[in-house]
Amino acid sequence: MATFKEYFRGWATGLKSLATGMGTSMKVFRQKPVTEEYPENRHTTLHIPERHRGRLRLVTDENGQPRCIACGLCQMNCPNGTIQIEADTVETPEGRKRKQLKAYHYDLGSCLYCQLCVEACPHGAIEFSNDFENAVFERDRLRLDLTKPEDNRCHDWK
Amino acid sequence: MNYYDINSLNQSIHGTLSSLMPEGLAITLEGIAVGLLIIVLYALLAIVLIYMERRVCAAFQCRIGPNRVGGRGGLLQVPADVLKILTKEIISLRHADRFLYNLAPFLVILASIFSFACLPWNQGAEILRMDIGIFFVLAASSIGVLGILLAGWSSNSKYTVIGAVRSGAMIISYELSIGLTVLTMVLLSGTMDIQEIVMEQEHLWNIFRGHIPALLAFCVYLIAGNAEANRGPFDLAEAEQELTAGYHTEYSGMHFGFFYLAEYLNLFITAGIASTLFLGGWMPFHIPGLDGLNAVMDWIPGVVWFVGKTFAVVFLLMWIRWTFPRLRIDQVLTLEWKYLMPLSLVIVLLMTLCVIFGLVL
Repeated sequence: MATFKEYFRGWATGLKSLATGMGTSMKVFRQKPVTEEYPENRHTTLHIPERHRGRLRLVTDENGQPRCIACGLCQMNCPNGTIQIEADTVETPEGRKRKQLKAYHYDLGSCLYCQLCVEACPHGAIEFSNDFENAVFERDRLRLDLTKPEDNRCHDWK
Repeated sequence: MNYYDINSLNQSIHGTLSSLMPEGLAITLEGIAVGLLIIVLYALLAIVLIYMERRVCAAFQCRIGPNRVGGRGGLLQVPADVLKILTKEIISLRHADRFLYNLAPFLVILASIFSFACLPWNQGAEILRMDIGIFFVLAASSIGVLGILLAGWSSNSKYTVIGAVRSGAMIISYELSIGLTVLTMVLLSGTMDIQEIVMEQEHLWNIFRGHIPALLAFCVYLIAGNAEANRGPFDLAEAEQELTAGYHTEYSGMHFGFFYLAEYLNLFITAGIASTLFLGGWMPFHIPGLDGLNAVMDWIPGVVWFVGKTFAVVFLLMWIRWTFPRLRIDQVLTLEWKYLMPLSLVIVLLMTLCVIFGLVL
């Protein structure tokens, strides 16, 4: 008799859970799709978080000069050897010798986006922008020199 | 009362053709024309159904679905897929049973087209009409399982054999529930002729006439029909994750296309038979006593009613498919033999009692 009762209880619980499932899926059916249609929504609904690490960028001061003092800390902290700094030694009017940034080689293809370089920089001279559209057709084009304006140019997404 | 009866049109076409040529030739020509019509309709409906499935499935998963090929709605996606599949090579396997391997897709599609030809599209638009119409549909649709078993067996692959055996066990089991629920509606209608079944729902659809037993039978029919069409949650014959594609793993090109077509058209046929048996086929919605409403409903052509109801049931079946997870083979058989089959026997008994004591509306 107990199994008889169980059988009908099985029917009842089964039907109830099936109905719940159907209700849930109908609720989802009436929701708006969450799909983002990427190339179309680039300038409308696309949202990239501000802190997303897209590519490295040199921060410039108000005169348009890089804040970088070519100390090489970022280069030393980079686990992949992504950054190579070239610097000249120049003499300031006060007669002190100083390094001046000549080229900031940044290989986007081997960058880990670990942000250790940004953490290490004492002057806040580099930062990650959230420009994620980094695809190019040739590998060579990933080797950037951030002192060149065309390589340092990134788009900031909202 | 019925403005869209095309019987007179049929007769005038037949009369014209017979006056131009011997009657035998005229009948042959008409047969060929109707056959072509069925095949074209079959292919077109498959395209519509596949598109609908993809959009509905996407909506159930909060996605958009195909929306690039052919403008905003992605309307050309499925035609493009069809063209692609037509151009693909039909491979031949080394250790396959060549004859059965090539025969199997045709058996599946044959079963599907036979049952498809029985659907009541409109008054006068029945293609195969016989006294035992609904019985014929059950018999013809069972040829499909033979095709599936042959496909699985002849491909010489473990996946296909497992898929085919699962499918065979499942379809043969659920045939019982389908047969019993169809029997229930035959009890209510008192005929097996599909057009008669439709005509007899002139005053009220069967699902309302038969109230409780008919409603229960409708539910059981939908579940069993879903299993019969090898669709989720009963798609364990294909079970992508375990069996790659089940019984049609080794097929390519248009042979695979046939299985795919048949799968979607079986969905349509299941829904079409459901709408014939329970929702009145092409019969407009009538409520006894409300003559004004009935007259307005009569203005809508029967084919619109039939296709509308069928697609409503198709949506119901898709809703089921995209809600529930796949069952294991033992769960599938338990559901049938322990739950649905006893229930359908009870429904048959209940319907018999209702009909005997005049409790139907």
